[in-house]
Amino acid sequence: HLATSLPLPSERDHLRPRIDLIVFMIDIKSKYSLKNVEASLAYVDASFFLGKVCFVVTGVGRVNACSIETNAICKLGEAYCSPVLFCELELEGIRVATAQRLLRMLQVCAGHVPGVSALSFVSLMRNSDND
Amino acid sequence: MDETVAEYIRRTVLKIPRDEIKMMLQKWGFLSEAQLQTLNFHQIKDNISQEVVQLCEENCADIKQAAVLDIIYNHIYQNKRMWSVYQMKRSEEELECFDIADFKKKFKGRLQSALKNVTITFKEYEDNAIWIRVAWGTPYRKPNQYKPSYVVYHSQTPYVFISSSVLKSNVPLLCQALIVASNYHDIREMELRSHSLDSLKDIVFKRYSQNFPTHSPKPLQGGNVEPESADIRIVQENKSEKERIHRLNREAFGDGPQPKLEFAQYRLETMFKSDPKMAVLNKKQPFRCLVKFSSPHLLESLKSLAPAGMADAPISPLLTCIPHKARNYFRIREKKDLFPECFVSP
Repeated sequence: HLATSLPLPSERDHLRPRIDLIVFMIDIKSKYSLKNVEASLAYVDASFFLGKVCFVVTGVGRVNACSIETNAICKLGEAYCSPVLFCELELEGIRVATAQRLLRMLQVCAGHVPGVSALSFVSLMRNSDND
Repeated sequence: MDETVAEYIRRTVLKIPRDEIKMMLQKWGFLSEAQLQTLNFHQIKDNISQEVVQLCEENCADIKQAAVLDIIYNHIYQNKRMWSVYQMKRSEEELECFDIADFKKKFKGRLQSALKNVTITFKEYEDNAIWIRVAWGTPYRKPNQYKPSYVVYHSQTPYVFISSSVLKSNVPLLCQALIVASNYHDIREMELRSHSLDSLKDIVFKRYSQNFPTHSPKPLQGGNVEPESADIRIVQENKSEKERIHRLNREAFGDGPQPKLEFAQYRLETMFKSDPKMAVLNKKQPFRCLVKFSSPHLLESLKSLAPAGMADAPISPLLTCIPHKARNYFRIREKKDLFPECFVSP
């Protein structure tokens, strides 16, 4: 399901299946996109932040066009205990690899991988410095 | 043949891309078909231009003919120049019969009585456009053929398009000659400039597809939204929002291609509004600021902003009014009454 922002339109509530993973796409060339994501985060139920949220930053290949600092995005990821993936959609190889990673994460979040749950992502996020 | 004329013709030919030289010489019509056959268009341009100059020598070309070649070049490569638009005004609404010979005579007469050393050349095109080339001199110097001004006048309209050389001081003289020759009594420069002459014409002649506000109770079918990806596994949650954006965009910009402008400039003379902490900037004087939008095709890029999610729809009327108001230079001042919005001044 693609949405431009949250909250999702309520008229489609009955047509929606269970949500297993929320991927926030941030275009590094657009400050507007970061603001939009930050505003939408407020509408996400806290339970999703146990491994069912992920940030994908696109457009990182074009270094000249970056409008957002990667620092800011990493801080966002830390604040919400969610992984941040960087990718460049214009390069097919990276596009495919990112899609495969997201798919793998989705499989875990949906409970399709025995022995691993979404909570594993949270523990993987912990920086060794933090201890 | 005058050496300066020879040099001018040589340099003009050198400007033309090699593949187009033959076509332009044919359009020029000064050299006969037989003479053109003798030219070798497969050698380097330097040699081609030398050969052309030799043929022009045989035909005794003068500056008048050379100027026509220059007009032809600039007519085809009109987008290399920056064009400004001027509007003429008549005192009465009576429609005068336009006589081209009379126009030329009066125009030449007016310019030459003010400035002896000018080269004036006319060329008419099928779309009722009259191209005028003016090379400027001084009372003591012959006209500089390398920095001429070009005027494009459609006789059935009050609009004139001028592309000036660097010598801007001649524009008032040019304007005077135009109103005298065309029987208008006033001329003013519009705040509209672009490289694309055709787009300027589209804007002032209202030839682009404008959108008239219509009330459509149900959403329009087909064609107005980008074709959805054929994959039915992808669900668009915000479909109605996307359709709203498309509808607003269509109302603002119309359906057809937009006229091609390269920039829009807004000169702000408004008071700086901020929170009290930045009081240092809250002086009583307006905060002067210049905002310039540039793009290879400004209006198309503005049109694609909202559908691309880069801006909220509806787009600010300050941007969408550009073709309707036929201007891309604006001055925005503070409105001095109850309403705190800014207004756009002429």
